[in-house]
Amino acid sequence: MKLLVCISKTPDTTAKIAFNGDHTTLETAGITFIMNPYDEWYALVKAIEIQETWGGTVSVLHVGPSENDAIIRKALAIGASDAFRIDAEAVSADQAAFQMATFIEKHGFDIIFTGKETIDYNGAEVGGRMAAQLSLPFISFASHLEMESENEAVIKRDIEGGTETLKVKTPFIISAAKGMAEQRIPNMKGIMTSKSKPLQVIQPEAYQPKVKVVQHELPPAKKSVQYINPENMTELARLLREEAKVI
Amino acid sequence: MVLVFVETENGKVRKAGLEAVHFGYLTSQKMGLPCHALILGEGADASSLGLYGATTVHQISSNHFNRFDNQVFSDAIAKVAQHLAASVVVLSHSANGKSLIGQVAYHLGAGSVSAVIEIPETENGFIVKKGVFSSKALVKMEITSPIKVISVQGNAIQLNVVGTEITVKPLEIPLVDPKIDVISVDKLQSNVAPLPEAERVVSGGRGLKGPENWGILEDLAQALNATTACSRPVADSDWRPHHEHVGQTGIAIRPNLYIAIGISGAIQHLAGVNNSKTIVVINKDPEAPFFKAANYGVVGDLFEVVPRLTAAIKSLNE
Repeated sequence: MKLLVCISKTPDTTAKIAFNGDHTTLETAGITFIMNPYDEWYALVKAIEIQETWGGTVSVLHVGPSENDAIIRKALAIGASDAFRIDAEAVSADQAAFQMATFIEKHGFDIIFTGKETIDYNGAEVGGRMAAQLSLPFISFASHLEMESENEAVIKRDIEGGTETLKVKTPFIISAAKGMAEQRIPNMKGIMTSKSKPLQVIQPEAYQPKVKVVQHELPPAKKSVQYINPENMTELARLLREEAKVI
Repeated sequence: MVLVFVETENGKVRKAGLEAVHFGYLTSQKMGLPCHALILGEGADASSLGLYGATTVHQISSNHFNRFDNQVFSDAIAKVAQHLAASVVVLSHSANGKSLIGQVAYHLGAGSVSAVIEIPETENGFIVKKGVFSSKALVKMEITSPIKVISVQGNAIQLNVVGTEITVKPLEIPLVDPKIDVISVDKLQSNVAPLPEAERVVSGGRGLKGPENWGILEDLAQALNATTACSRPVADSDWRPHHEHVGQTGIAIRPNLYIAIGISGAIQHLAGVNNSKTIVVINKDPEAPFFKAANYGVVGDLFEVVPRLTAAIKSLNE
């Protein structure tokens, strides 16, 4: 099978977020960048598991400059076969999705994986945009995937207060959530072989993004905590009703 | 026109649908445009939409909408938006809404922003605000395309009755066939709201020491009519089901009240809950980082404090 995993670069989950002078860009000093956890832990590992059972290849696709190659090499170390990097800064969901879908259109894949969202802009829009451009079915927030045959999958997806189970034929696009797979740590052999795996650089298509960042803000500081005597929960109940007005 | 796609379930408009309508109404007032709603499928009672500001609801009745296939739904929403020449399309940032927004926007050649938390600024461009970096920051983004598609974060706006008369207009458009075969939908049998919609949440961490101790937390949740949740280590140890996990890699929530019991407050957990309006932290460790994010803190043994709080709330309710 021909599998593709779209990967994105995000700040580490423990990163303290700050912005540059005019608050238009992230202050990157002191921030470690990682592969978006949903892309790595769930989408990539699931694709590798399918390839291990059904054969074929797992390619990774990334939109970003060459400084992001370390993240692509990590995906190769975990077990992807080869990689493609579209040489453009990813500036918006519509632009990244357009670049990737245009690439996919030319190459054709059986299953295209993304993470359920990125942990920076948390948009969850890229998978759907690619699905619309490619006229492919899109299964979002998948927590479980089982191939019935080489061209049909049974998938469970998370919905409010439950799960939905569905069947779909390849090709399709799927966004992976927790439960899809278990995180894999690259081993020494994987790290060594990743250096010689092919990483092809693709020139981006001309595209005018439809959304732009105006300014970032940090959340307003919380009022300092009001401590309540643990013996006096009647007081807490009263404050929740009369002061916070939430019960 | 502002067109709002309204999610329904079992013939009822979902709370997320009402919020989207009211959000669409407030946006349309600002822009001097009418606010119309769209319902896909049969049987849903549209009268409540008038209360929150829609003047017209367009309804397409087809068995294509009996099961949710995001390709079928997004194609229909985009076609209706084109048919009505809508300039703003509003969706809910729900599980289904998240799978629609990218597709609807692509079909309309539109820019899109999901999980919007405030009514757009429309004086100088179309600027929306949303939480980013898993709620560690906020961003204002401008949608520069002629048509704008946005989805509304749950619990982000206050519902106010504005009471408009509503007209229901049946609509027919050509639909695409579903490519996804939905086999089953399993909903947890529950009397309380699912986590993303819940107004009150009671959440437990490792401080409860084991799944057998969850009774005191459930009693408190019941007294508050709250939904239960848990931290990542608790879900990872299978003390509680995974769908209860709130935090950066679980579900991000913004209830009116979040009570954290025996949760230390790691940065990844805070990222998923720090938009809650009021946070109560109960922990025996006065150094727990969660207290810094709390409105009310109780330093004490949760096994004594929680039943005491439950009793206090019950007597308040009497």
